[in-house]
Amino acid sequence: MTHPLPCWLRAVLAGLFAAGALAAAEPTPRQIIARAALTEDAAQQRALISSLLGRADDAIVPLLEAWRKDALFLHTAADGTKTPVQLTGDPDATGARVASRVDTGGPWLDASGRPVRLNPSELTAVEHNTSLRRAMKGVLDLVDLAAADPAKRLKAIQAIGLAQDAEKLPVLQGRLATDSVPAVRRALREAIALIQLKDARDEVKLAALAELRELHPLASADFLQRALQEARERQNAAVAGAARAALRAVEDHRTTVDFLGTLFRGLSLGSILLVAALGLAITFGLMRVINMAHGEMIAVGAYTTYLVQNVFGAGLTIPCFGLSVPLPGLNLSGAAYQGYFLAALPLSFLSAALVGIALERSVIQFLYRRPLESLLATWGVSLVLQQGFRLMFGANNVQVSSPSYLSGNWLINDVILGWNRVFVIGFAILIVFGMWLVLTKTPLGLLIRASMQNRTMASCMGVSTGRVNLLTFGLGSGLAGLAGAFLSQIGNVGPSLGQGYIIDSFMVVVVGGVGSIGGTILSAFGIGGVDQVLQQYLPSVAPGLGWVPGLGGFLQNLAQDAAVFGKILVLAGIILFLQWRPAGLFVIRSRGLED
Amino acid sequence: MATARLRLSEPLAITAAAVLFLGVFPFLHAQGVISTFTLGVWGKYLCYALLAISVDLLWGYTGLLSLGQALFFTLGGYMHGMYLMRMIGDLGQYKKPIPDFLVFLGWERLPAFWEPFASFPFAVAMVFAVPGVVAFLFGYLAFRSRIKGVYFSILTQALTYAASIMFFRNNLLLGGNNGFTDFKFILGHRLADPATARALYAASALALLLAFLFCRWLSRTKFGLVQQAIRDGENRVLFSGYATAHFKLFIFVVAAWIAAIGGALYTPQVGIINPSEMQADKSLEAVVWVAVGGRGTLLGPIVGAIGINALKSWATRAYPDLWLIILGTLFILVVLFLPGGIVSLPARLKALWQRFRSPRLPDPAPPAAAESASAKP
Repeated sequence: MTHPLPCWLRAVLAGLFAAGALAAAEPTPRQIIARAALTEDAAQQRALISSLLGRADDAIVPLLEAWRKDALFLHTAADGTKTPVQLTGDPDATGARVASRVDTGGPWLDASGRPVRLNPSELTAVEHNTSLRRAMKGVLDLVDLAAADPAKRLKAIQAIGLAQDAEKLPVLQGRLATDSVPAVRRALREAIALIQLKDARDEVKLAALAELRELHPLASADFLQRALQEARERQNAAVAGAARAALRAVEDHRTTVDFLGTLFRGLSLGSILLVAALGLAITFGLMRVINMAHGEMIAVGAYTTYLVQNVFGAGLTIPCFGLSVPLPGLNLSGAAYQGYFLAALPLSFLSAALVGIALERSVIQFLYRRPLESLLATWGVSLVLQQGFRLMFGANNVQVSSPSYLSGNWLINDVILGWNRVFVIGFAILIVFGMWLVLTKTPLGLLIRASMQNRTMASCMGVSTGRVNLLTFGLGSGLAGLAGAFLSQIGNVGPSLGQGYIIDSFMVVVVGGVGSIGGTILSAFGIGGVDQVLQQYLPSVAPGLGWVPGLGGFLQNLAQDAAVFGKILVLAGIILFLQWRPAGLFVIRSRGLED
Repeated sequence: MATARLRLSEPLAITAAAVLFLGVFPFLHAQGVISTFTLGVWGKYLCYALLAISVDLLWGYTGLLSLGQALFFTLGGYMHGMYLMRMIGDLGQYKKPIPDFLVFLGWERLPAFWEPFASFPFAVAMVFAVPGVVAFLFGYLAFRSRIKGVYFSILTQALTYAASIMFFRNNLLLGGNNGFTDFKFILGHRLADPATARALYAASALALLLAFLFCRWLSRTKFGLVQQAIRDGENRVLFSGYATAHFKLFIFVVAAWIAAIGGALYTPQVGIINPSEMQADKSLEAVVWVAVGGRGTLLGPIVGAIGINALKSWATRAYPDLWLIILGTLFILVVLFLPGGIVSLPARLKALWQRFRSPRLPDPAPPAAAESASAKP
């Protein structure tokens, strides 16, 4: 096997470079690594590798990783010249693979211009020891600092700052001088200040504390605490004071972030409750039908979303009472597949509306005058539907994946805003607007309102109240189905999905005032907000509950479970609220005794 | 004439049933004809019948559809269960003098509120006190603000829901989702002994008989008449000068007690009590028993509770996948087509028979009494 001469020259040159003038012509990272691989002297090797610090090149990471994993080889020719190579492509019959040169990254061509194929057994892996690996790690840690993607840079900078590694300070400072992205600059300043906190000199420390006070990053609280402790031990009043001030700034910022986060979560929970309860506001609020199967209507919508997702994907086979119903898949991918959710929205509305219409025709239409019985019969329907889901889709939760445009976060001023949550809030607004349009601007809405206000009178005026009832119930159920499509993006989809929402939905409608859509909206956001506030602040209140005679310890214990205790307090609050306003927030005034 | 015969035959039927359940069953068990397992299952049915009677007292006789009776049932069960847990002593898995789950949670000593439950009288007092206080507080608030009809149902369901998520937590120190189990002794007797099982069964049958007789007596007093008047037209009763809220509150607390007794007897016979017993579904199931058996009667709930639970025991073994569908469908059909429940069947059949015998007569009034019972006037 032949090999080109320059390689031999290069090896000699590499030794020369490593010995002395690194700064001659700027070699590429590839060339540096190739040289380091050829160098016998460990100290030189380290020096070469460390010279890569802070350089950005796509070749660095894979080459160093390969080196560490013994996938970087030295080829020794018959005359003793060595060439650093990597093996690429699939092995052929003899196990040989195409060799690529480390210093150029291109394939290694022999004299006749054909790529050289090498067998791993003819090669020796380039050696590495602990100190060399440490040097490589240093380089790898900093490689992201120079990445083109600001988000990647940001992450790397934050990690360095949290590690407080003083050795990397010059690199960060160099970066600060050149980087122009504001968020990255801010992160750099934070990281530099955090590292300088460890500095022995007081003036550096004070400057760092002043910087941290100005930037008040949440992650610095622990470090500031430690700095404060240290300053106290050394009785250094100036540093301690500055640390306290910085700490206070961070704590203030945390309070603001917690408050805004709670507000956002309250808003999004309120939207979820609203979306789930709106259908009920129609069937229960306007029609006075207690539909205990409302939760299952939500589940119908969620399962429809699941089906649509599978039809867009690989298809699905549903066992249905002993039969297997195959659903062919469209095998879409990419944006078309991601679009399944948009197709699922109208379909989940339709499917739930159809189930609702069937329910109205078969059961509810006979029970309009007997509200308690409609409660019981629809509970029976809910049992049947739940078991039906179990038989068709299994007792376990099914997997509904969020489309990419719904999974992600915005981080604004340290407050995390999940896209799906933002989307739910927007969607709730949209649905309310749509419902307002339907109820006030369409002929159907007029008929619905007329029938609900006075069924007999509407009937006398020639309104076919039976049909209006049917359509209204279909509309309410369809809204529940829409809610299901949304809730499938937020929570689990399983046979008992609906049970989780039914009580909350009824509470929302009752508190808002039965028959009042505006009340429903207000109470959904009220309940959502109160719930989140309780969850956020209960744990801090819990230790203060000890004063209650007899029950103190018990309450303290219970308040630790903020989510559950908050929910119980909300329910207790609702019962007390109904003492004050028995008919809810907004009362529809009527002269009837029984209304 | 038919009614006269009915009046005579009713005490006779009650006595016969009492003799059968209180005398014959335990006797056959003592003779070894009936296994302890079967007796235990029947004991469980009788406890459920107590729960059903409490539902019927509220729904059938007062027009209050409470979806929270399982809560009172379970509370009674928990109070008795706490006594039974104390009686395990140091025979638990960990061989410690405190219940196993407390050891598991890292407790060294018994929490203060567990201390007095070593006393049986105290536990019995608590079986009445705790559900009574909960029912009183909730009922006072609900009836004072005139929450009625479906609103009352929804709120009782929310109450049960809140309580169940609370009892599911370990922090409550009542066993979390596993609840209480592994009981060993009651009043110094081993629970595994057939004689103890027989005594517990007899106690359940006796409790049911007493509850039945009490409700039967109550429904014939003036109080019972007011109670039924509230069901049929609360505003008229109110305008006649009766403080309906007080009547309803009294009935609500009494019904809670009846359910709690059922729960207290249920715990040692089934050998476990946990929060899943107080979920909203269980209350609704009890409502199904009453609806299927026949509400507004006292026999109906008992027939319904025993019948549906026997059906459930069979169906969950024979068709485990279909049981909920059977239950749901049964419920829908009964609500739609048989509002009076099973006990109204003979009267219905008789009416049909008479119409068949003399078709020229005008239709006898359909058994609409139960139908109109809960409908708004």
